[in-house]
Amino acid sequence: MAIAIKTNDLSRTFSDDGEKKGGLFWALRDVNIEIPDGMIFGLLGPNGAGKTTLIKILSTLLLPSAGEALVAGYNVDNEYDKIRPVINMVSGGENCGYGILTVAENLWMFTQFYGIPTKPAMKRIKELLEIMNLTEKADTKINKLSTGMRQKMNFIRGFVTDPKILFLDEPTLGLDVNAARETRKFVMNWVKTAEEPKTVILTTHYMQEADEMCDRLAIIDHGKILAEDTPRSLKKQESGGISYNITVGYKDFDAEGLRKIPGVASFAHSVLDEQGMIEMVFILQTDAALAKIIEKINSDGFSINNIQKTEFTLEDAFIKLVGRRLSNGESDAR
Amino acid sequence: MRIIGVNREPSWLIFELFFPLLPICAFAFVYKSMNAPTDYLGFVILGGAMTAIWMNVLWGMAAQFFWERESGNLTLYMLCPMSTMAVLIGMAFGSAFSTFFRVIITFLIGKFLFGVTLHVASYFWLFVTFILTIAAVFSLGMMMASFFLIYGRDAWNILTVFMEPVFFMSGFYFPVKTLGYPLGALASLIPITLGLDSMRQLAFALGPETAFLPVKTEVAILVVLTVVYLAGAKYLLNKLEYLGRREGRLTLRWQ
Repeated sequence: MAIAIKTNDLSRTFSDDGEKKGGLFWALRDVNIEIPDGMIFGLLGPNGAGKTTLIKILSTLLLPSAGEALVAGYNVDNEYDKIRPVINMVSGGENCGYGILTVAENLWMFTQFYGIPTKPAMKRIKELLEIMNLTEKADTKINKLSTGMRQKMNFIRGFVTDPKILFLDEPTLGLDVNAARETRKFVMNWVKTAEEPKTVILTTHYMQEADEMCDRLAIIDHGKILAEDTPRSLKKQESGGISYNITVGYKDFDAEGLRKIPGVASFAHSVLDEQGMIEMVFILQTDAALAKIIEKINSDGFSINNIQKTEFTLEDAFIKLVGRRLSNGESDAR
Repeated sequence: MRIIGVNREPSWLIFELFFPLLPICAFAFVYKSMNAPTDYLGFVILGGAMTAIWMNVLWGMAAQFFWERESGNLTLYMLCPMSTMAVLIGMAFGSAFSTFFRVIITFLIGKFLFGVTLHVASYFWLFVTFILTIAAVFSLGMMMASFFLIYGRDAWNILTVFMEPVFFMSGFYFPVKTLGYPLGALASLIPITLGLDSMRQLAFALGPETAFLPVKTEVAILVVLTVVYLAGAKYLLNKLEYLGRREGRLTLRWQ
């Protein structure tokens, strides 16, 4: 199978606030990935982990500081003109296009940038508008669209050029549940049924989305790839433990003390603002540790709202590897 | 997009036709109260009409990449398999096309209001000078757009610096010869200075008396400026696109 994307010791640095002192921030450090054609490859990582930097480099918008990245066999450094015709990118929350033009006009405009003749371009636009339930908005100016509809249009823009490699950066952001489900289905179907192999690089904050869609996943944090495998294997590899979710009333708590309880393999938490609760996720080596945790929580004066033993999920694997949750970031763990 | 925009947003009639007419009227009344020859009113009307070009170049061309980056379009343009220069040329053509008609309409309204009579020496050269002026000014705008790709917010200040002094130095409301040769030569770096001077010479009876340079010399300089600014735009765009990719400024907003 041909390789869609390959990186060799790819690194990227930015000057940090201490620029005057020559300070450097490593957004990516020695990243090595190899993505075969015809698969959906997920990049999971907390904010600032380096996902977007990686995507920007692979999509030729940013140069690497060191190492090498090949996309469709071409080097992003000096062969970007050969890469651009075969890629496209859709980012969540994107606000592209011109408000004064209609949906169909905006989409047509982008097809022209790829040199697609008008007739096939319009046919493809029509098909995609139907798939995304946006046909009746085809002649609506995009400054009249809701956020969700605009995101659907962006989504169509990504597919209308029929790219070989598509970068989806949080593509379902802003979509309602049904639209997000339809979108996921469409992407998976697009990859599976394509006559020529299609590759999708997906970043998402939704673990379930990653689990459902991705053939392979890389977990990235602090610019480094921590693990890379199929979602199933990642769960299996990291599942050396039992996962418990404990919800407690909001209060300052002794995270360090909880972490040090014997038998706790990993601990993360997030604040559920709307409910005034804290959700604690424990990966335990044995069930026996649970009693000690409850004892500690009670002795700290918390009221336990809920305790749930859960199947080992991708999120648990993520917590174990990264040490914090993907969403609701206020977490710490080991 | 720009041409469609003109049709769909009629507000430009107020901003780009009515507003430029106000300073034209002000200067015209001053000349009138001084009993200046009618041709001077023509100078003012032509200059006032041409302000639309300079405004469009500054805010529509030079600042355009800044807006495109803010809206997220620039990222998508960079992703597309096309030359960024093609985007700039497209913007320039769209702007030049719409501005072309605005200048002519403003001029005709002014001419009608103040009863200015034209004494055209050569319609051919008048047209050539007008087109060359637009070409040279928009080439300069393309070059400025490249700077904006990198300097972003700071460029707003540069724009402000460029606006009023150019209105003054390029002789929008008086013959540039009045400034003297050293200042006039400096102002000639902005192609509209020479374009206006040539058009005044070709369109009004008193034009040759107030000429800064002979028309043929000004046309030759305009050709050179067009080529230099176009080449400059291409060079800078390549250079700054590379810098943008190296420093990540093509996609970061408010830099």
